[in-house]
Amino acid sequence: MKTVLSLRLNGRPRDDVVPDNLLLVDYLREAVGLTGTKIGCDGGECGCCTVLIDGRPRHACLTLAAACQGTVVETIEALETGGRLSAIQRAFHEKLGAQCGFCTPGMVMAAEGLLRANPRPNEADIRDGMAANICRCTGYVKIIEAVEAAAREIAP
Amino acid sequence: MEYMPAFRLHRPASVEEAVALAAGDPAVRFLAGGTDMVVNIRRGIERPTALVDLSAIPELGAIDIDSGALRIGAAVTLARLAADPRVAAVWTAVAEAAGSVAGPTHRAYGTVGGNLCLDTRCLYYNQSEWWRSSNDYCLKHRGSVCHVAPGGKQCFAVFSGDLTPGLLIHDATVDLVGPGGRRTIPLGDLYRDDGMDHLALAAGEMVAAVRVPAPPRGARSGYLKSRVRGSIDFPLAGVAALVVSSDGLATDIRVAVTGVNPRPHRIRGIDVHRGHALDDNALDAIREAVRTQAKPMKTTTVAPWYRRRVVGALARRLVARLASS
Repeated sequence: MKTVLSLRLNGRPRDDVVPDNLLLVDYLREAVGLTGTKIGCDGGECGCCTVLIDGRPRHACLTLAAACQGTVVETIEALETGGRLSAIQRAFHEKLGAQCGFCTPGMVMAAEGLLRANPRPNEADIRDGMAANICRCTGYVKIIEAVEAAAREIAP
Repeated sequence: MEYMPAFRLHRPASVEEAVALAAGDPAVRFLAGGTDMVVNIRRGIERPTALVDLSAIPELGAIDIDSGALRIGAAVTLARLAADPRVAAVWTAVAEAAGSVAGPTHRAYGTVGGNLCLDTRCLYYNQSEWWRSSNDYCLKHRGSVCHVAPGGKQCFAVFSGDLTPGLLIHDATVDLVGPGGRRTIPLGDLYRDDGMDHLALAAGEMVAAVRVPAPPRGARSGYLKSRVRGSIDFPLAGVAALVVSSDGLATDIRVAVTGVNPRPHRIRGIDVHRGHALDDNALDAIREAVRTQAKPMKTTTVAPWYRRRVVGALARRLVARLASS
């Protein structure tokens, strides 16, 4: 069965005909062509596919596209403005929060969700807020420093 | 990308509509957050003909406190429950357990009803289709042999929901809705000691809400769990406890466990400590009662002997903390 999915994706309204069993991550990557959202573990463990739905983080690999009817979906592609990186993206770049980069879109979206809910997190808040995202390169210290730096810039 | 079977997705606006959509077809599944269900669909464990998405039903999304009793709708997210200061102040174990499930992203959309109805888990079950097929499947799904206890015909997959023990120590009940109407049962009666068929729900029946009465005056409660990765994993063992102390004596003590048996349950035989001080001897006896009633099997990568020791240690540590605070 198929559904007409109407949602707001990265600021723009969209209507797409989607099969009921289509996962949001496949909708984003295959139907829309937004390949910034990554598929890591395929089972909700790694956090690479994290996007924001109505401002809250969610795994695109465990979410059915048709269940996003009427929602606001934001992916990593939404963060830059006019070719300029967002504060969180810039902080990940400057503080070496990204190495191989595969977890980075999910990390950045998790950080985005965290800082919207809690603009002035302490280190424990950041560790808790980023706990659903796994990185195999950085050892996390640089990621935490990146989120701290972004928070200082966004909400000094 | 793993295989997704073809299914229909329904998004009803009321509980009655949801139940009607699920009636008559045993292959229909209810869906809320999907943190457990969608993984199992992707692994070929669940092959639904239709999913009934409960997340848009207003009745299921409320947390109410009325005359001191708490009612939590089944579609309330774990993050919302964990962050509710009214819950944390009175039913501390429930809030601590909600805040300890998986990671923050899972809690942002995983629900109370989903955690209560979590499928049982096992090393030989929660694997991909090719992994299970190359192992001739298992007793719980498609196979004829239990790889945990090959001689038997019992499934030892463990219930791993974090919320249940904190609710059991508070004498919670659950509101069920199904084709036969509405009924309310003690939460403990929702579970069976059978990893293959662990929920005592009738066909087409779903959990609509959990009700938690006011705890005894002066009660303190908490939840502790052990897991492989402190950031996201299911419990290797989880313990909730409630203690009421008066003049240094325990007047009420309750302990419940998850993650160690197919059925989450209250620990029996610890009422003997009522009216006594919870000294080292009493704490040791409580630890032994927990160890004896926990029956961990080889269902995780961590050895059963470790989980048996850790569940007792967690119980002792938690009860000691609650008794002295």
